[in-house]
Amino acid sequence: MKKAELVIVGGGPAGLSCAIEAARLGAKVLVIDENERPGGQLFKQIHKFFGSREHQAGVRGIDIGTKLLEETAILGIEVWLNSEVVGISKDKHIWVVKDGKTSLKVEADKIVLSTGAIENSLNFPGWTLPGVMGAGAAQTMINIHRVTPGDRVLMIGSGNVGVIVSYQLLQAGAEVAAIIEAAPRLGGYGVHTAKVRRAGVPFYISHTIKRALGTDRVEGAEIVALDAKWQPIPGSEFILDVDTICVATGLTPLAELAWTLGCCFQFVPSLGGFVPDHDQYMETTVPGIYVAGDIAGVEEASTAMEEGRLAGISAAAALGYLSGEERERRCGEVWDRLNSLRSGPYGEGRRKAKELILSTEGGIACDRAI
Amino acid sequence: MTVPSDHPGVKLSGAPNREEVRNCPGYPGEEFAKKGPIVFIECVEEIPCNPCEASCPRGAIKVGKPITNLPVLDAEKCIGCTMCVAACPGLAIYVKDYTYSETEAAITFPYEYWPLPEKGQEVTLVDEMGEAVCQGKVLRVANPKQYNHTPLVTAAYPKEFFEQVKSMRRLNK
Repeated sequence: MKKAELVIVGGGPAGLSCAIEAARLGAKVLVIDENERPGGQLFKQIHKFFGSREHQAGVRGIDIGTKLLEETAILGIEVWLNSEVVGISKDKHIWVVKDGKTSLKVEADKIVLSTGAIENSLNFPGWTLPGVMGAGAAQTMINIHRVTPGDRVLMIGSGNVGVIVSYQLLQAGAEVAAIIEAAPRLGGYGVHTAKVRRAGVPFYISHTIKRALGTDRVEGAEIVALDAKWQPIPGSEFILDVDTICVATGLTPLAELAWTLGCCFQFVPSLGGFVPDHDQYMETTVPGIYVAGDIAGVEEASTAMEEGRLAGISAAAALGYLSGEERERRCGEVWDRLNSLRSGPYGEGRRKAKELILSTEGGIACDRAI
Repeated sequence: MTVPSDHPGVKLSGAPNREEVRNCPGYPGEEFAKKGPIVFIECVEEIPCNPCEASCPRGAIKVGKPITNLPVLDAEKCIGCTMCVAACPGLAIYVKDYTYSETEAAITFPYEYWPLPEKGQEVTLVDEMGEAVCQGKVLRVANPKQYNHTPLVTAAYPKEFFEQVKSMRRLNK
């Protein structure tokens, strides 16, 4: 059996930032990731990040990912790739399946779950046709595999994911026929919507998809307007000539491991649904189990990296690598940066939702922990 | 389309309209807009972001704290050097020069598409809604390392369209 002081499940921006922070403080860290390459979604994010200099504003996600991997290598952090964490027991024994065939057990002192989130799907007639895909899938195709999913795309959802992926589809050479939004207002940052608007992409607010056309693949999309009560307006339907339909209707935290561990959860719709309850050190209600990044509430890579640092500092302190006083000082610095990212009209809601989680004791738990 | 920016604005049509742009503190103001090369910052929403502030060699852009403050332009200090145009992660800044020539104005905007236009090429210039406004001639395409893959295109176009033009139509691959 393998032993590790700190095991981090998921090597995205949160997990790698956590690993780097903890390893710098002296902890022996093992990162386990199911993908063939660590970095999570960062290598798909070819746009420049917002924030301030300490948040690496102006740097593209892909370059932030490269930097994190370099630091991980310099610090000699052990990373297992193509390795899936299948289950974790209460005494922190981790069952890992490597390369889809080897079963391994790892014993950890502390565990950080930074498993990210999964895209929400949207059900409509024709939604199983080839050509209907998550916006994240389209982004993987264009930015990782360098293949456009189609020539003319309909994007469903005007949040930041929808508009950023639309922009990147344009950059990849595809046309974006429209971005539709069921709400009466656009969701994403104005600078993102403005970028695609001036590239000629029309937005349809208070519109949704009625069905995808086609028998073997997407050959069009029927769109319908919604009234003030979000009900389809008969007679308002029209057809868009598209061969690809991307769904960008939000994300849900990937928290199965936290459920099976018996962590308490809070239901916070603005953070993506059920979120493991955690304190300001990112520790869940199960001692020694931490969360960071989208699993702790869907936000963005910049906040995920800061939460990863919090979890890394906290876990290292719990392992004895840091005094309580020093933990407070370092976490305080990270919290200042987090609060500045969670400010303004877009961030305020997330800050309040996070505060609610920190101030609420307990929550819903699954009583079938293994 | 020659009527400037008659649409309901950033949260409904995607792009800020004329009023939103003019009310934003990154707008140089009537007095300075046509005096010479100057920056227009179309940053109308309070998002946590401030690279424009540090990019300005003359200290003409102030964000301060909290970083969700809208960037405030000191039009007297700005010389339209374009450093902030490539630095803005939101691609929300451009430089215009009303005094480029007797009959033409010039615009420098960020352009992250392939292929890039070439110097001397005639391109279709568009407004913030992507609608064609007029033809323009590319004067310069700059893509040095420090722009971090955000090339800047400078084009000349008839003065009468000074305000409407924001970018160019993408070129076919």
